[in-house]
Amino acid sequence: MSDKITHLTTETFDEMVAGADGPVLVDFWAEWCGPCKMIAPILDEIAEEQGDNLSIAKVNVDEAGEIAQRYQVMSIPTLLVFKNGEVAKRMVGASGKAKLLEDISEFL
Amino acid sequence: MTAEHHEVIIIGSGPAGLTAAIYAARARLAPLVIEGEPSSTSDQPGGQLMLTTDVENYPGFPEGVMGPELMSMFRSQAERFGATMVTRKVVKVTFSQTPGTEPHKIWINDATTPEPTYTATAVIISTGAQSLMLDLPNESELIGHGLSTCATCDGFFFRDQEIAVVGGGDSALEEAMFLTRFASKVSLLVRRDELRASKIMQDRAFANDKIDIVWNTTVTSYLGDGKITGIATENTKTGESGTMDITGIFIAIGHKPSTSLFLDQLEVKPNGYLVAEPNSTVTAIPGVFACGDVVDDYYRQAITAAGSGCQAAIDTERWLEGLHD
Repeated sequence: MSDKITHLTTETFDEMVAGADGPVLVDFWAEWCGPCKMIAPILDEIAEEQGDNLSIAKVNVDEAGEIAQRYQVMSIPTLLVFKNGEVAKRMVGASGKAKLLEDISEFL
Repeated sequence: MTAEHHEVIIIGSGPAGLTAAIYAARARLAPLVIEGEPSSTSDQPGGQLMLTTDVENYPGFPEGVMGPELMSMFRSQAERFGATMVTRKVVKVTFSQTPGTEPHKIWINDATTPEPTYTATAVIISTGAQSLMLDLPNESELIGHGLSTCATCDGFFFRDQEIAVVGGGDSALEEAMFLTRFASKVSLLVRRDELRASKIMQDRAFANDKIDIVWNTTVTSYLGDGKITGIATENTKTGESGTMDITGIFIAIGHKPSTSLFLDQLEVKPNGYLVAEPNSTVTAIPGVFACGDVVDDYYRQAITAAGSGCQAAIDTERWLEGLHD
């Protein structure tokens, strides 16, 4: 995993997401989720390429179920982009890099 | 930009495509595998097993193996012998009747450019199959909001809730059983008064207290605004309609072959599957071979797909030898 990606827990989530200056893309994932594994390398690449514009973080729904619940995540992978602590974009399901970059283009 | 040429290109990366890649790579054909793009339906790199958990019937794994783990092992094995993976989706193909002199053409990303992305002497089609949906109003908006085709992706979120699974085959029962780990009750909606699933799966489902089998029932609409809160149903025998309060519904009514790229160039059966010569992977176009679930409307197992992928690689190798003689 790219060292530019932060793993968030129930304890660190609010500070990181609400306290960030720029947009934060949060990937809700789990170990047992095949599509989550498929997009992991794509997120690594985006973190390396777009690190200056966008922070990327991950929430393991097994460990931080209440965060998933708070944002009504009912399917993984779900990607949420937060701006000033608020959800600015929601993407459900895995997609390719080109599609993902297009979806988050307004934040880059 | 000129197209990049490969002797063998494999489209699709489930058990069929990756087995073809292992065999073709070991035959020193340096295959390029265009494996598709990540997706949460069943049309993604690694194929349908990427959306499953325990695979208990793949030989060599007496304790079972996780679907995604099995596919990642297939992939590493293909790479070890020199197969190259491209995580992209093919958007257009133009097959040639004389691939020895004029190669087959393959486009990724943009179908409108005059030059293809790749050219190939031989193409192995292993695009598999993807989940069928019910084709009801609001279906696409509700995916991920209570409607799912992937129990392993989404089941976790229905802890202590009442949900439904639609279908009567092995996959439906497998999903229903998996979902009982989380849900308080799983109603299995079956269109007929019998199950298509194998005997062992039926026995397990009947023995599971959390599974309630609702016979002769179809779903007529999804209820809920932006999020599933229930479904409307109809009894297929009496025509009686009803509703069911559920927070999640999983569709497992089968698969359709992923053939849209080839429809104007290759023959398909009335049920949509590609046609290959009996006991072979040879199609009507020279140098184009088809294997796995895209041609198999009968067995549809990981092991049979892998077997036919091996056949496709051997058919390809022999055909290439004949071409260069």
